[in-house]
Amino acid sequence: MFNLFKKKTVTCKKCSAEVSEKSLKDNLYICPECNAYLRMGAYERLDMVCDKGTFCETDGDLTSLNHISFPGYDDKLADAAEKSGISEAVICGTAEIDSMPCAVFAMDSNFMMGSMGSVVGERLTRLFELAAEQGLPVVGFTTSGGARMQEGIFSLMQMAKVSGAVKKHSDAGNLYVTVLTDPTTGGVTASFAMLGDIIIAEPNALVGFAGARVIEQTTGKALPAGFQRAEFILEHGFADAIVERPVLKSTLANILKIHTCKARR
Amino acid sequence: MENTAYDRVTAARSSQRALGGYYVKNLIDDFIELHGDRRFGDDAAIVSGIGYLDNQPVTVIAMERGDTLEDRMKRHFGCPTPEGYRKALRLMKEAEKFGRPVVCFIGSSGAYPGIDAEERGQGEAIAENLYEMMTLKTPIISVVVGEGGSGGALALGVGDTVIMMENAVYSVISPEGCASILWKDSANAPEAAEALKLTSQDLYDFKVIERVIEENGKSQEEITADLKQAISEVISQKQKLSIEELLAERYDKFRKIGVYK
Ligand SMILES: [Zn+2]
Repeated sequence: MFNLFKKKTVTCKKCSAEVSEKSLKDNLYICPECNAYLRMGAYERLDMVCDKGTFCETDGDLTSLNHISFPGYDDKLADAAEKSGISEAVICGTAEIDSMPCAVFAMDSNFMMGSMGSVVGERLTRLFELAAEQGLPVVGFTTSGGARMQEGIFSLMQMAKVSGAVKKHSDAGNLYVTVLTDPTTGGVTASFAMLGDIIIAEPNALVGFAGARVIEQTTGKALPAGFQRAEFILEHGFADAIVERPVLKSTLANILKIHTCKARR
Repeated sequence: MENTAYDRVTAARSSQRALGGYYVKNLIDDFIELHGDRRFGDDAAIVSGIGYLDNQPVTVIAMERGDTLEDRMKRHFGCPTPEGYRKALRLMKEAEKFGRPVVCFIGSSGAYPGIDAEERGQGEAIAENLYEMMTLKTPIISVVVGEGGSGGALALGVGDTVIMMENAVYSVISPEGCASILWKDSANAPEAAEALKLTSQDLYDFKVIERVIEENGKSQEEITADLKQAISEVISQKQKLSIEELLAERYDKFRKIGVYK
């Protein structure tokens, strides 16, 4: 997409407007020209909703191994780390949202399309276990191309592992809120993205399991307009609400609050 | 005979191969098929019901692709829709209520990629199964009999013990899909199959599965008898555990999978 480290202007992928990096950031990465929701990095997401200075990263030192000696994976990992400037496709930690403590995670599509391998699975599992232990709600942003094929069966099994940890967290009576962002697909949709007590989607975010091209090839049918977009997901009953970025933090805060409030006077 | 990883893929997909329906017919006595997800419909790609395995009451959930072309179309060639996964979960819950072990047979290229399947929440249906199976209070035995295709296979694969037939495969992505992403050409599927490490031996070495049923050099009758014995043994082992022990072991087993530094 665009590299925030090398240039000071960013090109909108929808309308091609050249927007200064600073004004884009101030506008929560919504294109001022066409209103498109541009993709955000994990730290920018966390910045947007966490109280200033409260985010404390967990397990940032876990890094991936090419355990099955998959061709080209080592280079891909090195390349992803260099280009994205982050350590893996999910960043986890604890933070406060409107002074309410919670566990948070944000996936990042700049790191190998946000694909889930062992490190993504392990960081998330540890986060849910920590949150279960400390009685913290989890708020998480998803964006992913799915399971990371370079880790073979290990990446597939992360779906079960993380889902198990989500269950453990839930059975202990804790709240989990997911925010589906563009794009959330494949094995992430088919595991923790769809397991939130409350599921929020960003406007127009692509959310689905199977890829559009595979569906077209298999069925020979043209896909309907808006297929697998947030509005489609809402209409079919798989998201609770579509929330705009400017009110996302306050919406999350209200959700957290009502889950901790006994009775309001 | 089968040597390369792709030979196994071919064997697992063979139209001659014994899959879920065969094993339901040949392993389960007095089988009663139970239909429908009680939500929307009944998915023919999943055959499920109750019966006896070696006199032990079990709930059976099997992927089935069908025989004739017409039958196969009706079953989407064994690729389940959300209704199939929801039917499976409904019957697992019923099994839990009556303390009956669950036996799942996996053999399909994956969850059905259809417009309607997406409209009815294919991702949500799979996720829900992973989530609920992790704490289902009765033993679950999953057997990969054919092609274990990605999340659509895993949705029946959260077992206390996962058994694989020797020539079955189990993978995060099809070799063709992997090859077209990696080399822009699905003709490189044999190389992709090798790279994905998807054979029963690979998965056994990785401790992702617990048992392999030998097939090569054996008749189908012998294979079926060996599988029956293996499932029976696992069920009696798991029945000796308390529910707390069973669930703790299941969680830990999946909890440990993953390689990182
Ligand atoms: Zn724009």
